[in-house]
Amino acid sequence: MRFEGNSRSYILRGIFIVIAMAILGKLMALQLFQPEWKIMANDIAIYRKVVYPPRGVIADRKGTLLCQNVVIYDLMVTPNEVPRKNFDTMGLCRVLGIDTGVYTKTLERVKFINGPMRQGLFMAQLNPGQTARFNENPYAFPGYQLVERTIRSYPKPVGGTFMGYIGEVSPVMLKKDRFSSYSQGDYVGIDGLELYYEEVLRGQRGVHFFERDNFNRPKDRYKRGTLDTTEIAGKRLDLYLDAGLQEYAEKLMQNKIGSAVAIEPSTGGILAMVSSPTYDPNLLRGNERAKNFSKLYSLATKPLFNRAMKGFYPPGSTQKPLTALIALDVGAITPSYGYPCGGGYTQCGRFIGCTHSGGGHAANLRLALANSCNSYFCHLYRLSVDNTKFGGVRKGHHNWYEHMRNFGFGHPLGVDLPFETGGMLFDTSDYDKQYRGPNWNSCTDVYIGMGQGTLAVTPLQMANGMCIIANHGFYYTPHFVKSVGGNPRDSVLAPFLKRHDIARNISDTAYAIVGLGMSDVVTKGTGKVAQLEDIEVCAKTGTVENYKNIGGQRVKLQNHSMFVAFAPRVNPKIAVAVTVENSGYGATWAGPIAALMIQKYLKDSVTSPRHKALEQRMFSGNVISKYTYIIDSQDRYKAKVRDSVKRANKALEAEEVKRQTYLLMRRYLDRWYSKKAA
Amino acid sequence: MPNNSKNVFQRVDGLTVFLYLLLVAIGILAVFSVEYRSTDASIFIMSKSHMKQTMWLGISLFVGLIILLTDSKFFSNIAFLSYTGGILLLIITIFAGKATKGSHSWLEIGPIAFQPGEVCKIFTSLALARFFALSEVNFKTLKDRLIAAGFALLPCLLIILQNETGLALVYFSFFLVMFREGLPSGILIAAFSMVALTLATLLLSHTTLLIIIGVGAILLGYLYRTELLRNHLAKLIFIGSLVVAVGYSQFAVPLVFKNVLKGYQKERIYSMLGVEVPEEYRDATEDPDAPKKDTDYNVRQSKIAIGSGGLFGKGYLNGTSTKNDFVPEQNTDFIFCSIGEQFGFVGSAVLILIYVSLMLRIVALAERQRSDFSRVYGYCVASILFFHFAINISMTIGLAPVIGITLPLLSYGGSSLLSFSILIFILLRLDADRVMAIR
Repeated sequence: MRFEGNSRSYILRGIFIVIAMAILGKLMALQLFQPEWKIMANDIAIYRKVVYPPRGVIADRKGTLLCQNVVIYDLMVTPNEVPRKNFDTMGLCRVLGIDTGVYTKTLERVKFINGPMRQGLFMAQLNPGQTARFNENPYAFPGYQLVERTIRSYPKPVGGTFMGYIGEVSPVMLKKDRFSSYSQGDYVGIDGLELYYEEVLRGQRGVHFFERDNFNRPKDRYKRGTLDTTEIAGKRLDLYLDAGLQEYAEKLMQNKIGSAVAIEPSTGGILAMVSSPTYDPNLLRGNERAKNFSKLYSLATKPLFNRAMKGFYPPGSTQKPLTALIALDVGAITPSYGYPCGGGYTQCGRFIGCTHSGGGHAANLRLALANSCNSYFCHLYRLSVDNTKFGGVRKGHHNWYEHMRNFGFGHPLGVDLPFETGGMLFDTSDYDKQYRGPNWNSCTDVYIGMGQGTLAVTPLQMANGMCIIANHGFYYTPHFVKSVGGNPRDSVLAPFLKRHDIARNISDTAYAIVGLGMSDVVTKGTGKVAQLEDIEVCAKTGTVENYKNIGGQRVKLQNHSMFVAFAPRVNPKIAVAVTVENSGYGATWAGPIAALMIQKYLKDSVTSPRHKALEQRMFSGNVISKYTYIIDSQDRYKAKVRDSVKRANKALEAEEVKRQTYLLMRRYLDRWYSKKAA
Repeated sequence: MPNNSKNVFQRVDGLTVFLYLLLVAIGILAVFSVEYRSTDASIFIMSKSHMKQTMWLGISLFVGLIILLTDSKFFSNIAFLSYTGGILLLIITIFAGKATKGSHSWLEIGPIAFQPGEVCKIFTSLALARFFALSEVNFKTLKDRLIAAGFALLPCLLIILQNETGLALVYFSFFLVMFREGLPSGILIAAFSMVALTLATLLLSHTTLLIIIGVGAILLGYLYRTELLRNHLAKLIFIGSLVVAVGYSQFAVPLVFKNVLKGYQKERIYSMLGVEVPEEYRDATEDPDAPKKDTDYNVRQSKIAIGSGGLFGKGYLNGTSTKNDFVPEQNTDFIFCSIGEQFGFVGSAVLILIYVSLMLRIVALAERQRSDFSRVYGYCVASILFFHFAINISMTIGLAPVIGITLPLLSYGGSSLLSFSILIFILLRLDADRVMAIR
């Protein structure tokens, strides 16, 4: 009887238990004390999918969509799901319009890049015909699948100037803090509103976690989606822009080099911004972007350059109302101040010509503005900076400089577009530098009173200057966006809601007189061309001389035509600045364009025969100077020479290093041989 | 004393049945979790493994029922016959076996395919039990010991010829039974030393090992110097074992590794040890500059799955590694991964506890048998279970080289489940009649 077992039985039981304990020990080490397995498991098994929400759309002030998303299709293929036999290769080639050679090559490439198990891109952005043909019988081609993608689309081909475009984020951008959360392959706004409002338009990307299998194919939601974040759609941007006006202005500006900016003075909202020549924003979307971009980039007329906020121009006579404002604010004059101009300004020992002579054409501010008297405004500048209350030209000019800065000149205004530039405005220190110390006085640069000399402004700043006069002393930073996602007080709009109060020492009557003076410019002065029925337009023409170094010679080019205006005089609704490069008098090209824009915006249509004729002349006129092409090719040639010189220098340096090495070696060898010989 | 008047179902050991059903149920749940996809329309899909396994449970229970209704003497009567039949089947399989993955251990008869090596475990257990029960057998004699070893080693050899080394190794578990029946413990110690020496040979260089053995011998000789000087037999054993140790480590193991073992076997053994196959054991045909194959992929994935389980696991149906096919053979040989991953250390420990309980229960059943036949058979069942359990789990956590043997009752596969069920149900049948003397 062996009921209770023997000692061997207990040894065996002991072995069972000991081995089980050993296994438990190893399990404990694996599961409790080695966290690296957990990390590895997550690495291999969790697939993090970033879900891109639809980008926000952009609409104008009337709700017309300017930029929206359209769905396009990419054809994807999972190579090993394509049957080896009985696959209708010819049929697919017919659908896509390619030949079988291309088909085989593409499939091989997809296999090479992604491996045969994973889905790869076979053909990007199918055209509607291809999509339709494929969808006739999508099941005929196993392994192939259409995948939706959205791209930007611009229903109206306007606004290339400020819309910007999107593209894959570049390595340079990735290094910046702003784009640190992006990863290669993400789309991002690269220019224009798309870039400025990137964070708003983009929305919030969602992250979905999937489990993936040993072939890297996404499977079930990881932890049933509890860790996922949902994507939030990009917000809609509503602009102040009037799409009709923008389109009309672009048409008026065609075949001209220059820009037109229209701003709503009461809000600072930009109603239109044209930099001509412009381009259809649809060119810079999808897979055509790179090709079209280089095409646009190589054009002599530089359509990609936004002249409205980057082009520098001497303001010319359009500066005169602002010179007057500063003089009034400083208290140097009253509106009734007159200057006895006899056809030129001589007080600075030089003769500065004036188009009028005598007749009391500058008997008071209003008359001086209407007649655009050069002497009057040069003198006004001197009165402002030499005013006794400053006790010297240094303080006086610095005060003048501060005024101009407050008016928005000499620095980027802060419009909601990237890469804005600020123009040129000299402070006392700049004069000190130029004249090596305080060897200058109010006469040195007296021209800036009439908008020449060391002064350069952008058309946007000029339009903003008009807003200040229209508003009687304040402006809002010009901007495009009225509301973000329907909210006009969104935090990103905060800088544009701040009212800049400036030139507060001027009475409303003085402002009114400036306005009346500018109104006279249209009714009886240089800007008669801008007369409109029922609308009292206040304006100032500008004709700006400009020179260019061409072939080693200083050549005087055709004048820039400038025109600034606001309307109506009482309770203004629109302020405009137009520049047309190298086209002549302010009233010949820029004037009519500004007037037609005002008419279009305020009355929505251009009806009178005179304006119809004017419109026609603007549409058909081509004033792109031949020098544009000469200058461009000259610039490109210069760049080429610079580049080749640089390269030649580098080659020379390399050659020199080689030579030195050779000499060194020779010297050592010589020494060695001479030693041997000895 | 159990009441003989009760019917057989009342005399069956309930605890064993409970543990058996528990393990099979865990197995079905584990198999389900491996193949489950959230996109599945229903959980009752016949083509899925868990449903097939459930079906096999039904078949196993049916066969178990038949076994319980059979007379217990039947099993001892057919023991030798079945063993002979099993050996014949194994021989046939060597020549007619279906080739899969380099081995040919499967036999196909009509629609049924099975591994004779798997079934033969039952027959060998019965035959060994019957042998020990024979009145003329005295296990203290060398002749009977050799015969007993032959019972275990013959099928083992035939299965090695089928290239199914893992299954063949299971037959070594019968030596545990023989140990219980009186095999000298010296043999067990010698076997253990042999394994230790083999591992040392593989891990250390020949010279280092020689020095270690030498130093060890000198130390031992010094410690037992009086004994050795006095006793000639001790001297003989000491010198003999020294010669064997040196010869084994310096010549036998390298010879086997160079000429007998195949490339993948060497790689598995070395991957378990965590080192690369050394230059001298690499196959000449192998390109030494070829990029290293990821031979321990299985074990690494298995360790990742188990190790990532943590204390409480990722939760049922949340196993990212096992659900997404990272671990190869995860339904069969590596089923333990899904337990380790989804239920963590706690779940694994509970599972091991269940196994140990089952094995200890079977040993307890064996020990309470009146007849030698039943007792030896009980130990056979416990040993086979133990061997499968220990090797399978060890290989999933990198304690043992990967040899393809299943985790009893958990792994997916009809032939494995059925053969373990038969093993256990025969024991239950014998236990129900434990008061009877079965020869």
